[in-house]
Amino acid sequence: MKIVVLVKQVPDSGAERNLRAEDNTVDRASANNVINEMDEYAIEEALRLQEAHGGEVTVLTMGPQRATESIRKALSMGPDGAVHVVDDALSGTDALGTSKVLAKALERLNADVIICGAESTDARGQVLPHMLAERLGVAALTGARKLTVDGSQLTIERQTEEGYEVVTAATPAIVSVWDTINEPRYPSFKGIMAAKKKPVETLSIADLGVDAGEVGWAGAQTTVKEHTKRPPRSAGQKVTDSGEGGVALVDYLSSEKFV
Amino acid sequence: MNSTVSPSGLLQLDALLSDEERQIQDVVRKLMDATVRSEVHHWYEQGRAPIRELANEFGRLGLLGMHLHGYGCAGASAVAYGVACMELEAADSGVRSLVSVQGSLAMYAIWRFGSEEQKQRWLPGMARGEFIGCFGLTEPDHGSDPASMSTRARKDGSDWILHGSKMWITNAPLADVAVIWARADEGVRGFVVPLDTPGVTVREIKQKMSLRASSTGEIVLDDVRLPQEAQLPEATGLKAPLSCLTEARYGIVWGSLGAGRDCLETAIRYAQERIQFGKPIASFQLTQAKIADMALEVQKGFLLALHLGRMADQGKLTPEMVSVGKLNNVREAIKIARECRTILGANGISGEYPVMRHANNLESVLTYEGTSEIHQLVIAAKLTGIQAFS
Ligand SMILES: Cc1cc2nc3c(=O)[nH]c(=O)nc-3n(C[C@H](O)[C@H](O)[C@H](O)COP(=O)(O)OP(=O)(O)OC[C@H]3O[C@@H](n4cnc5c(N)ncnc54)[C@H](O)[C@@H]3O)c2cc1C
Repeated sequence: MKIVVLVKQVPDSGAERNLRAEDNTVDRASANNVINEMDEYAIEEALRLQEAHGGEVTVLTMGPQRATESIRKALSMGPDGAVHVVDDALSGTDALGTSKVLAKALERLNADVIICGAESTDARGQVLPHMLAERLGVAALTGARKLTVDGSQLTIERQTEEGYEVVTAATPAIVSVWDTINEPRYPSFKGIMAAKKKPVETLSIADLGVDAGEVGWAGAQTTVKEHTKRPPRSAGQKVTDSGEGGVALVDYLSSEKFV
Repeated sequence: MNSTVSPSGLLQLDALLSDEERQIQDVVRKLMDATVRSEVHHWYEQGRAPIRELANEFGRLGLLGMHLHGYGCAGASAVAYGVACMELEAADSGVRSLVSVQGSLAMYAIWRFGSEEQKQRWLPGMARGEFIGCFGLTEPDHGSDPASMSTRARKDGSDWILHGSKMWITNAPLADVAVIWARADEGVRGFVVPLDTPGVTVREIKQKMSLRASSTGEIVLDDVRLPQEAQLPEATGLKAPLSCLTEARYGIVWGSLGAGRDCLETAIRYAQERIQFGKPIASFQLTQAKIADMALEVQKGFLLALHLGRMADQGKLTPEMVSVGKLNNVREAIKIARECRTILGANGISGEYPVMRHANNLESVLTYEGTSEIHQLVIAAKLTGIQAFS
C-alpha cells in the first residue's frame, strides 16, 4: 500500500503568534516553527497502516526552505521518504492554490491512501482535504477518529458533535484525522539518526507543471484585507456566594449553552 | 518586567548542539514530562518505582545502551548520550541511574569484553528493556578500593565457582542479569551471571534516604557454579571494570547538571512568585546574587560536559578528564540544590517541589562512581605524578 501523509510546518501554537502588518500573512520568520500538531497524528496513523498492511509511507510538504526541519522531524518518526515542494513563487498562496500544487504532486505519487490532519493550527480552514479530493477525483473521508482498512475498503468513524458516523470508501481516498485517532509515537533515537539519510525529493512548481501565475499572491482567490489583535481578556464575572452561588453558576452555564 | 531567559538560555549554549542532539534532548524531556515528572515524588516517598515499565518505555525510544553500536543499540554520539542523561536526571537521579547502570555499566561491559554469544544473548534484549542488568563491583568491605575485593572466582574443571558478596548494587533487586567482578588466581575477571542461577540471592537495601526512586541491593554469591561461557573473555584485570566506570561517570557529568538546572529553574520560578515584605523574594539582592551565581555554574558545567563529550566523540577522552567533570559537576549540582532549597524556604523541604529530592539524590551521586575525594586524588596524581592511594 502506498501511503502519503501531508505535513505542514506551522508556528508553534503554544507560543504567541502574529500576522504580519505588511501583508496580513502569518509571521513565520520570528516564530518557533513546528510540525502542525494534527499532522503528527496523521503520520502515526500512516505508520500504523504500514505496520499492519506493509507498503511505503511518503511525507509531502509544501513550504519554504526551512520546512526541511519539520520534514526531518516527520521522517524521524518512521516514514520512508519525503517530497518537498519549494518555490519562491509559492509565497502568498491561498488554500485553493495550495490544493492545486499538492494535487499535482499527489498525482505523481500515485497514493492508495492520503492522510492528513483535519486542520492546521495556523489557518484552521479544514478545507484542504475536500479540495484535494475534488481535484483528484477521489473520495474524502474527513474528520476521522478511527480508520480501518480491509483490502481496498477504507472505513472511518467521523467525529460529529453528537456522536460519530461510519463512512466507507474504496481506495484511492483521502483521510483527514483528528487528534482522537491515536497517540503519536516519540521518534526513536534510531529514527532520529536515520532521518537525515532518508531521501527527500525537492520539486519546484515548474516540475509540477504549475504556472507561477496560478499560485502565490497573483493566483490567490482570497485575501485577508485587515486584521486586529484579539482584545485582552476582560475581567470576567464574579459571583458572590450567599447561598445561591450554585444556582447562579448553573444559570450562567446554561445561558452560555455550556450545559 | 524585561523578557527573561531560562538558566540554560543565558549564553545560548544550545547553539553548540547539533539538530540531532537537540532533537534527542527534546524527545527525552518530553518523555520525562509524560512518564516521570508528575509521578516521581510518589515513587520517592514509597521507595519504589515502576522500573520495568520505565525500562520498556526507555527501550522503545532507544535510551538503553544508546551510545553503543550494533546489537539493537542506537549508536548515538557521546554528546547525544550526555544530553539524554541531563534530561533524565533533571527528572530524577534514580531514573538516570537506571539508564546509566543498564547502558554504561552492564551493557557496556558485555559489549566491550563479552564473547559474540554473550553479546547476542543479552544485548538486544537489554537494549529493548526486556532484560534488566546490574553491575557488581562494590562489596560490603571494599568500596573506593575495589582492588582489594574479596569475592573469589576459582576454577572447577571447566566451570567457575564464584563466592562472596556485592553491596550497593543498583537495579539488583529486579535485575535479570549481573556483571560480577571477582578475583581469580590470574587476576580480576568479569562474569555474566543470570540472577536465577542457584546459589545467588539478592536482598533489597531498605531505608535509603537518597535515590529512593531507584532500587539498590546486595548480591550474595554462595559457591555459584557457572560454565566457562559465563566469563567475559576480553576482561583481564581491574582496568576492565574501571573502564566501564569511566563510561558511566561521563553520563553523570551531564546528569548532575540536569538535576542542578531543574533545582535552579524551580527556585527562579518560586522566587518570582513568592511575596515577602510586600514584594517577590526575587527582588531581594541576596536572592538575585544566589540565582546569578548558580546560573554561572550551570553554564560552566555545561561547557565542561560538552567539551568532554566532543573529546569522547573524537576518541580522545581520558579517565582524568572524566574525573574533572564528575568532581566539578556533581559538587556544583549539590551546592546548587542546597542553595535552591534555601530560596524555597519551608517549601524547599516539601516533596511537592523537586529540590530536596534532587539534593538528597545527589548525595548518592557524589559518592558512587568514585567519591569526590577519589576524583581529587585521580586529578592530583595526574598533576603531581604522585598517587596517594596505591
Ligand atoms: C545508591 C547507590 C548505588 C550504588 N550502585 C552501585 C552499583 O550499581 N555497583 C557498584 O559496584 N557500586 C555501587 N555503589 C557503590 C559505590 O560505588 C560506593 O559506595 C563508592 O565507591 C564508595 O565506596 P564506600 O561506600 O565503600 O565508601 P568508602 O570507600 O568506605 O569511603 C568512605 C569515605 O572515605 C573516603 N576515602 C576512601 N579512601 C580514601 C582515600 N584513599 N583517600 C581519601 N579519602 C578516601 C571516601 O572518599 C569516602 O568519603 C552504589 C552506591 C550507592 C550509594
